[in-house]
Amino acid sequence: MAIEVRDVNKSFGTTPVLRDVSLDVAAGSLTALLGPSGGGKSTLLRVIAGLERPDTGTVRISGVDATRLSPQRRNVGFVFQHYAAFKHLSVFRNVAFGLEIRKRPKDEIRKRVMELLELVHLEKLADRYPSQLSGGQRQRMALARALAVEPQVLLLDEPFGALDAQVRKELRTWLRRLHDEVHVTTVFVTHDQEEAIEVADTIVVLAGGEVVQAGSPGEVYDNPANPFVMRFLGPVTEIGGSLVRPHDVEISPDPVEGGAPAVISRVVRLGFEVRVEVEIGGHEAWVQVTREQADRLGLGPGDTVHVRPAPGARSLALAV
Amino acid sequence: MTAITVRPSSRVAGGTAAGLGTAVLYLSLIVLIPLAAVVWRSADEGPGYFWRSVTTPDAWAALTLTVGASALVALVNLVVGTVIAWVLVRDRFPGRGVLDTIIDLPFALPTIVAGLVLLALYGPQSPLGVNLAYSRAGVVLALLFVTLPFVVRTVQPVLLELDTEMEQAAASLGASPFQTFRRVILPNLIPAMLSGTALAFTRAIAEFGSTVLISGNLPFKTQVAAVNIFSQIEGDNTTGAAAISTVLLVVALVALITLDVLQRWGSRRG
Repeated sequence: MAIEVRDVNKSFGTTPVLRDVSLDVAAGSLTALLGPSGGGKSTLLRVIAGLERPDTGTVRISGVDATRLSPQRRNVGFVFQHYAAFKHLSVFRNVAFGLEIRKRPKDEIRKRVMELLELVHLEKLADRYPSQLSGGQRQRMALARALAVEPQVLLLDEPFGALDAQVRKELRTWLRRLHDEVHVTTVFVTHDQEEAIEVADTIVVLAGGEVVQAGSPGEVYDNPANPFVMRFLGPVTEIGGSLVRPHDVEISPDPVEGGAPAVISRVVRLGFEVRVEVEIGGHEAWVQVTREQADRLGLGPGDTVHVRPAPGARSLALAV
Repeated sequence: MTAITVRPSSRVAGGTAAGLGTAVLYLSLIVLIPLAAVVWRSADEGPGYFWRSVTTPDAWAALTLTVGASALVALVNLVVGTVIAWVLVRDRFPGRGVLDTIIDLPFALPTIVAGLVLLALYGPQSPLGVNLAYSRAGVVLALLFVTLPFVVRTVQPVLLELDTEMEQAAASLGASPFQTFRRVILPNLIPAMLSGTALAFTRAIAEFGSTVLISGNLPFKTQVAAVNIFSQIEGDNTTGAAAISTVLLVVALVALITLDVLQRWGSRRG
């Protein structure tokens, strides 16, 4: 295991932020800490980096107890949401910082920095200053800077949170590819479930300072541990007292076994998918169908249809 | 991070021209014309007279004392002012607000009152048993008192704005607290430290009120340049007074330019 977190508790004042958190991160993996804001995910990341000290519990990095080690001695790369660029240093010197601290020979530093700048596509901007870069470029510089010291683990705290949607999508794909090239054990924090599912090979869901579930994106999406995780990972709707994914609902004009009669209130065409909003015995639900399906069934507002969770669909009974 | 401001360009051009005009006119009336008049006046009796005026033993002694003491005071301020700013911004302790207010007191106090206070505290009747009256140490003390706020007040806002995540990033890259200070914090503070020092220095060479009482104005020993200028005017030697003033002016200008050059060089080098 590259990172082993055991029974970590952490409070700020009287507010508990992490409660008995335990976590294993496999070497070479790309793990997402996913959860709502205030769920403790950033604090957990900072505890791993040594930027926060846990009240109780231990953190081991590559088998070594790092609980009492300062961040300086952990050899952990950290990327901040707001870049934390060294404003007074050029892009080159930013990336070289950790190597200069380690007093590596000048030639070696030059070679390594240029390699990294090529990796993050900033080789032409080596002499610029951070203020002359866009947000996406600054974050790539910060990533190169963190990678320069060949960290045992790379930690990213909402790395794309400050960027606009377009750049965020680009960088996601790029981070995934980068990880496949560099293979450094990586943990990133995000509150965006799509980002976690798309980029990570393991998702750890944190809420209320506790680990709620950990697993591959498929596992977490298909077998959510509780209604909270199910809601957090994707769209849900409520049919017959259970939570179901709207794409796992069957809709038919004729009565079916286990189906509930519903009245269509609205049909919204969203390009490739059609969102059918229905009313089942006084409460609202919705069903996601394809355009082809919608056209074939001729669905329109006011129609009475029958809906049921598709056979084999994952659903979670809601405690009443 | 990206703030987009849209302004009609014609209005900007018009506004800039009017603003620039006002600034230049104001600067000319308040600063440039009076200064030019002093320089002009100092040359009234020719360069030989100018040179003799500034090199009379008492004038020269006053000038060297003033520049030397001011340089010393500026250096002390550079270090202590930065430390005080650091404590005010980074440390939490009871009475921090009071301390923060007290910093401005030397600036708010009429300098002659400052002189009185210092004389009462460090004069012949000192309750502390420290008598600095009529000594050069007294001059330095008075200058330290009145120049205290400059470095503190220029460094403080920069330190407040400084991104503490930069320091955390440096630590995670393996920098010790000292290396972080030296390589990350200091380079970001140096421009403010230098401009505060320049202000303190130029203020010190012009100081009159606070030094006049504690120094005793002994020519060749504790008389500062501003007091010497005053005594020249009293002796009806306005041209000589203007000559010494011009020297002070040049020293101040050189100091400001040097520190500005240092700043630019520093910010380029990092």
